[in-house]
Amino acid sequence: MPEMPKIDEEKCDCCGLCISACTCGAITMIDNTITIIETDECGWCTMCELICPNNAVICAYEIVFDKEA
Amino acid sequence: MATKREFLESIPYFTGLDNAELDSISQLFSERKVERGEIIQLEGKPAEALFFVASGAVKIFKISTEGKEQILSIARPGESFNDIAVFDDGPAPASVEAMTPVTLYRISRDELHTILHEHPEVALNTTRVLADRTRQLVSLVEDLSFRHVINRVARVLLENAGDGSTSGTRLTQQEMAAMVGSVREVVARSLKDLEAEGTIRLERHRIRITDREALEEMAEAAT
Repeated sequence: MPEMPKIDEEKCDCCGLCISACTCGAITMIDNTITIIETDECGWCTMCELICPNNAVICAYEIVFDKEA
Repeated sequence: MATKREFLESIPYFTGLDNAELDSISQLFSERKVERGEIIQLEGKPAEALFFVASGAVKIFKISTEGKEQILSIARPGESFNDIAVFDDGPAPASVEAMTPVTLYRISRDELHTILHEHPEVALNTTRVLADRTRQLVSLVEDLSFRHVINRVARVLLENAGDGSTSGTRLTQQEMAAMVGSVREVVARSLKDLEAEGTIRLERHRIRITDREALEEMAEAAT
C-alpha cells in the first residue's frame, strides 16, 4: 500500500479540519482519534498538513538526486 | 459547535463586552454555509461584509499575472477575513476560497460601522486585530521580497538529498520553512517555482533533484 501522511497524536487536538480538507477520504475520526486510511487516491496534495493549526499532520518528502542530475 | 452568541464572545473583536452588548451585537450577524472550493470573495471586488469562520477553514490568496497562487494566510475557526476592505471601503485586496465545508458568520459593512460608533471597546479591539494582521503581512512581505527564500530552499534540498546509495532526509514543508526562517506557504510556492524551472520534480512524497548544477547555483546565491 502507498505511504500515507502521519498524525502526531501529541500535537493533534482532533479539531477535524484535516478530515474536511482531504478530498480523497483518507482521513477519518475513529474513537475520537484522527486516523489515516490507506488509499491509492491520496496524491500527496499536503492540504491536510497546510490546514492543521497544530502542525500535527506530517507529509514528509524524501529528497533524492535523480540519476541523470 | 458553539452558538453564535458564544462564538462572538470568544473572538478578539468583541473582547470586554458585557452580556447585553453581546446579545445585541449577535442579532446583527447572519450565518452562511459554504461548500469546499467555493469562492467567497474575489480580489478587486467590493467587500460588502466582514466574515468570521465558525467551522472549517478558508484560504486568503492572490493570483500573480503569471497565474501563480500565493496563499497569504489561512483563516480557521475564530478568525476573520475581509477586515481591510470592510474598513477602508476599498476593493478586496485578496481572494478567499473555502478549503473545507465552512460555516461563516457575516456582518455587513454598514452594521459593523454602527457597532464601532456605539461601542468604543470594539473600535479599540479592532485596532489591535488590524495591528496584528499588519505585523503578519509585513513578515510575509519580508519573506517574499527580501530574503530570497527560494535560494535557501535550494540549499536545504542539496544538504538533505540522498545520492541513491544513502537515503535522503525526510522533511515536511513545515520543517523546511523552519530551516529557512520562513513560513510553510512560502516554501510551498518556492518548491513549485523550482519545479517550474526544471530543477526539481515533485513526486508523491519525494522531491527529485533533476538539475543539480542549477540548484547549486541557486543555493550559492543564498550565501
